[in-house]
Amino acid sequence: MAGYDSPPPITSPRWLLAELTYKCPLQCPYCSNPLDYAKYRDELDTASWLRVLSEARALGALQLGFSGGEPLVRPDLEVLVAHARKLGYYTNLITSAYGLDEARIMALREAGLDHIQISIQSPEQALNDYIAGARTFEKKQEMARLVKAHGYPMVLCVVIHRHNIHQMQAILEMAEALGADYLELANTQYYGWALVNRDALMPSREQFEEAEAIANAFRDRPGQRMKIYYVVPDYYEDRPKACMNGWGTTFLTIAPDGTALPCHAARELPGLDCPNVATSSIRDIWYESPAFQFFRGDAWMPEPCRSCDEKNRDFGGCRCQAWKLTGDARNTDPVCSKSPHHQVIGEAIRSAARPESASQPLVFRNTKNSQLLTDTNRHAQDA
Amino acid sequence: MSIDETALISFSPLHRMQWEDTQSKFVILYPEGVVELNTTAAEILKRCDGSRTFQQLVKDLEAAFDTRGIEDDVRELLEAALKNGWIRLTTPHHEPALATC
Repeated sequence: MAGYDSPPPITSPRWLLAELTYKCPLQCPYCSNPLDYAKYRDELDTASWLRVLSEARALGALQLGFSGGEPLVRPDLEVLVAHARKLGYYTNLITSAYGLDEARIMALREAGLDHIQISIQSPEQALNDYIAGARTFEKKQEMARLVKAHGYPMVLCVVIHRHNIHQMQAILEMAEALGADYLELANTQYYGWALVNRDALMPSREQFEEAEAIANAFRDRPGQRMKIYYVVPDYYEDRPKACMNGWGTTFLTIAPDGTALPCHAARELPGLDCPNVATSSIRDIWYESPAFQFFRGDAWMPEPCRSCDEKNRDFGGCRCQAWKLTGDARNTDPVCSKSPHHQVIGEAIRSAARPESASQPLVFRNTKNSQLLTDTNRHAQDA
Repeated sequence: MSIDETALISFSPLHRMQWEDTQSKFVILYPEGVVELNTTAAEILKRCDGSRTFQQLVKDLEAAFDTRGIEDDVRELLEAALKNGWIRLTTPHHEPALATC
């Protein structure tokens, strides 16, 4: 039986995710922003972001994602990109392309932006616009072409779910036709908004296998140039994902209001008391704060993780998934077949497979629904 | 993938190579990814600036490090680099004769 190891040395952060704003013109029903995002109205100002970028880079952060919400909403994006590039970051813009135009593509290039990732909801206009909750299809296609015309490497990101999984071949062909260097096929991860919509979004195992076979066949064609990143549908796996490459080892997320998170969904974890860049330096947050220390190493693990010989491979899986699906963030991620709570995954799959789930209306990510869901949660807690 | 020996070897414009002080290493950066390089790989890839063919690059390295017989190792690394998209080969351009119709 494996015992507790001594606490591992704290590695430096490598990845900084800067969630510049929760504002977004789109309403995707699988958004990774917190359900109660509408109550966080404050946003860090430019000077604070510049300081965050400098401090995290000094600790060793190298990859920087500008995300949101829609980061293009921030008029100071170019200023932040220029500063980040000067510091030596590899700068990634993660965008819906809504709000982008050729002048801004050029201005961002001028500022030193390295890469643009554009999300597309579907290769079919009607479905794209329905899932996005906004007429964006033509704009996205046009911007993707311009991003390539201006010499950027481009990732197209398509979140995969029940409504578009049957379009896998068309998704691959669209990405290739747009000149994408990378295609991220991101099977929906069920947190936040996606968890609310899980029944309506989760495809069957057969659908996954069929789509994966199509993607594999495409990837294995001779002369294939476009690289395909495949985010696995973890509900259909036997072992959990190595979430965040281990808590507090690699990833640092700063939310729009300056809250520092070990993963972008961790805001929901109870009792974590995440620090804020307004009152702490990035160094103190990373090396000293209880929140980032909370699930480092393996001393926090109960069984079956504690004695598992795979604990250094997957770190017990995802803390947010353990919290949401078992009620205790310390528990083994229930995706793991060794978890005593593993049956909740089977129940979720069976629930999504009910005939009525396919036609269940989607709850779109917008301020009204955020307020509504937050009120519902509060009333549930009061009762 | 094999290296065309008549081609000039350049670093991919879709990747970036830079020195990282905190790691004391050269790294290759690309969308959402990082590859850490050992000293040998870094010395080879630094020279992929579009000015040298394979043989010129080998000669340059042999002179710089006062060594011989590194051709196979360099080839192996460059083949991997080509496969990963870190480098590009530019063949001196010969215009094909236009077909008359």
